[in-house]
Amino acid sequence: MAYFEVRDLHVYYGAIHALKGISLRVEEGEIVTLIGANGAGKTTTLRAISGLVRPRSGQILFEGEDLLRYKPHEIVTQKRVIHVPEGRRVFARMTVEENLYMGAFTRTDRDKVEEDLERVYQLFPRLKERRRQLAGTLSGGEQQMLAIGRGLMAAPRLLLMDEPSMGLAPILVESIFETIQEINKQGTTILLVEQNAHMALQIAHRGYVLRTGEIVLHDTAENLRANEMVQKTYLGMA
Amino acid sequence: MNTPLRAAFRAGLAGSLIALHLALVGMVEAFNKREIIQDTVTLGQLLLLGVSIGTALYALQLIPQERRATRDGWLTALVSVSVVSLTLMLLSLAIQTINLRFMFQNASKELVRILTFHTPGVVGLVKLWLFILVGGILGVGYLFVPRPWNRVLSIAAGATLIMGVMRSIVTPLLPDLLVDALYTASGLKRIGAVVLFVLWSAILYTYPRWKARAQTLQTLEVRLGPRTIPLPVFLGIVVLFALPAILREEGSYLFEVLDMVGIYIIMGFGLNIVVGYAGLLDLGYVAFFAIGAYTMAVLSTPELPVVREFLTQTIGRSTLNFWEIIPIVIVISLISGVLLGVPVLKTHGDYLAIITLGFGEIIRLLVISDLLKPILGGAQGITGVARPTFFGKFVINESWEYFYLIVITIGIALYISVRLRDSRAGRAMKAIREDEEVAKAMGIDHVAAKLSAFATGAVMAGLAGALFSSRLYSIAPHSFNVLISINVLCLLIVGGMGSLPGVVVGALALVGLPEVLREFAEFRLLVYGAALIIMMLYKPEGLWPERARVSPIAKEVFGDRLQQLKIE
Ligand SMILES: Nc1ncnc2c1ncn2[C@@H]1O[C@H](COP(=O)(O)OP(=O)(O)OP(=O)(O)O)[C@@H](O)[C@H]1O
Ligand SMILES: [Mg+2]
Repeated sequence: MAYFEVRDLHVYYGAIHALKGISLRVEEGEIVTLIGANGAGKTTTLRAISGLVRPRSGQILFEGEDLLRYKPHEIVTQKRVIHVPEGRRVFARMTVEENLYMGAFTRTDRDKVEEDLERVYQLFPRLKERRRQLAGTLSGGEQQMLAIGRGLMAAPRLLLMDEPSMGLAPILVESIFETIQEINKQGTTILLVEQNAHMALQIAHRGYVLRTGEIVLHDTAENLRANEMVQKTYLGMA
Repeated sequence: MNTPLRAAFRAGLAGSLIALHLALVGMVEAFNKREIIQDTVTLGQLLLLGVSIGTALYALQLIPQERRATRDGWLTALVSVSVVSLTLMLLSLAIQTINLRFMFQNASKELVRILTFHTPGVVGLVKLWLFILVGGILGVGYLFVPRPWNRVLSIAAGATLIMGVMRSIVTPLLPDLLVDALYTASGLKRIGAVVLFVLWSAILYTYPRWKARAQTLQTLEVRLGPRTIPLPVFLGIVVLFALPAILREEGSYLFEVLDMVGIYIIMGFGLNIVVGYAGLLDLGYVAFFAIGAYTMAVLSTPELPVVREFLTQTIGRSTLNFWEIIPIVIVISLISGVLLGVPVLKTHGDYLAIITLGFGEIIRLLVISDLLKPILGGAQGITGVARPTFFGKFVINESWEYFYLIVITIGIALYISVRLRDSRAGRAMKAIREDEEVAKAMGIDHVAAKLSAFATGAVMAGLAGALFSSRLYSIAPHSFNVLISINVLCLLIVGGMGSLPGVVVGALALVGLPEVLREFAEFRLLVYGAALIIMMLYKPEGLWPERARVSPIAKEVFGDRLQQLKIE
């Protein structure tokens, strides 16, 4: 039994068939990346997993149990599958620290929460400096750090990350990916959606390529990097 | 930045438009009936003076800061207000030569007489100009009077005028002897104005010195059973409870106003939970106020035979009393809050606003309808609403007596608001306000959070409605229109969305002030509109925002004092 598995998932937005039966699998301790062009359906996949859109058919299995039976908040509270949405969506009129505590909203293990807060501050020292600042006034990069940190505060057993590198300066992209790798090394399983295939395939163990709602390729990250089609389409090599 | 002349003309033009507007909608004339200082200045003149000072200050803002306290400053301020007076002079001439009344009803000869101080010919126009010039001199003069005198004198003048304008509120608080010495039937005597001005100046000038002592006062605490509360809070509560009983005779008007303000504060706390905490824009909030008011009225009035019959058959009595109805009001408004909440769970922003607006209208139409007339009284409304009694003997009748009930209800609403704000449920609401989808992804149950916001808000409005109908003794459907929702929303915006002290400040400003300034009543919406625009432009976070943040302007004006403001 796989740790986490999606089977033949179909999602419609009205008449638009956004996901046409995708299947994928993540094992415990892995970073798996889902790459694809704009509009391929990457965000939709994550939204379906965290219960924010209802698939028409298919299965989403976490440790063998179907997540479709749960409401969005139950997926967090009972399964600890945590979604870090795309586009740095922080709670703008709360401080940095309030945002982080919102991540731990559903947890009851107070002591562990404080430990995790320290851990987040270690991963992102910038956030510690700005803990009393309103999140809406952070820079774009800092907001992305905060969104990731807030996800970590939920003690994820599976972390879904949607384009954490979007709109960041190259130097910051590199450090964000290093941090993601570090988070994974500390024991968090990650499903990473990215357009920056180059970086994503550097840190991931395996990857899936999504094109207009269908998985067209999946392999180890190493093999994908070497794959001609991937090189041409997603890595921008001639 | 602008050159002095350009700045003067820009500001002058803006000031002219405002002055013209105030004159032509009839505000100047209406306000002129009230003398604030005997034989000296009327409310209408103060209005124009205010425009003039505002114009000068705005003009000064438009030129570089280092040039303000120089000749350029004088030039800018005086030219800008001269533009305003020129406009008013032209208006006077125009009214005298051609009849504008087919277009502007208020462009009357009386307006001209007011503007020119009842002096015909050129002399009158010069008087007008000089009068408006005074505003400019006051505006720019502020920069030339050394600190702290400029602040002390301007605040003292403001306070004196306010005490004149609010005659009806202030006089019951003072002993008769003092009232006779200081006040006329409409405002202040000249001597009264001078005395108050000097008094205020002295108080403000010495304020920093006894402030230190006042601060030690703040650290004192009063032990109440197992808890302690700060002395000032304790004294505030004592005054709040002692005052009505002391002033019950002279203060009946005061408490009529305060009761209304209080009822709006209760509603403000409720809507603050819905809009301020949870970010759900509810424009149909009046519905819950109506539901509370009608529940109280229908179950307690001796009218409405159908209801009497029904109650006699079910409980053996034809009416219920105030205290029996209160829990019913709570339950019914809670249920209706949830009932409104369920269908709008998935709507946001504009759509939510429109649907809730519709809900408010539905309730109003139901109440007016002939079909439900046997139960709800129809268009005439209901009279004979129960008054609260204690031990079957002591009946609450007077507005000062209701004031106690209202203050206690405010206390409960405040307590609930504070507890909610600091609780998990409150944080869940805030997260939904900020970003509903992310909140869901953080594990927040948005259904529970939204419904509890709607329900809590509805209960507070329901209680406010019950108090309202009991206090008025009778209710009519037309008092439950959309304007009530708008009023409550406005007071939240003016006070500061999400802020609890802001609710009180907003209610005093938007409900209390217009009650006191009867002249405003006719222009209420106009003033609301202006107040909201000004707030949005200059203080979008409200008069008393949720988080005390020090604005650069405030820092300049108040200097170091603000350091003591707690910044969260
Ligand atoms: N709420 C919605 N209503 C209708 N169509 C939608 C909605 N959300 C997404 N879609 C459509 O579904 C398809 C997949 O969208 P999705 O957001 O999953 O793409 P994506 O791979 O995340 O793209 P990007 O890299 O640009 O973020 C797109 O064609 C999009 O237009
Ligand atoms: Mg996307």
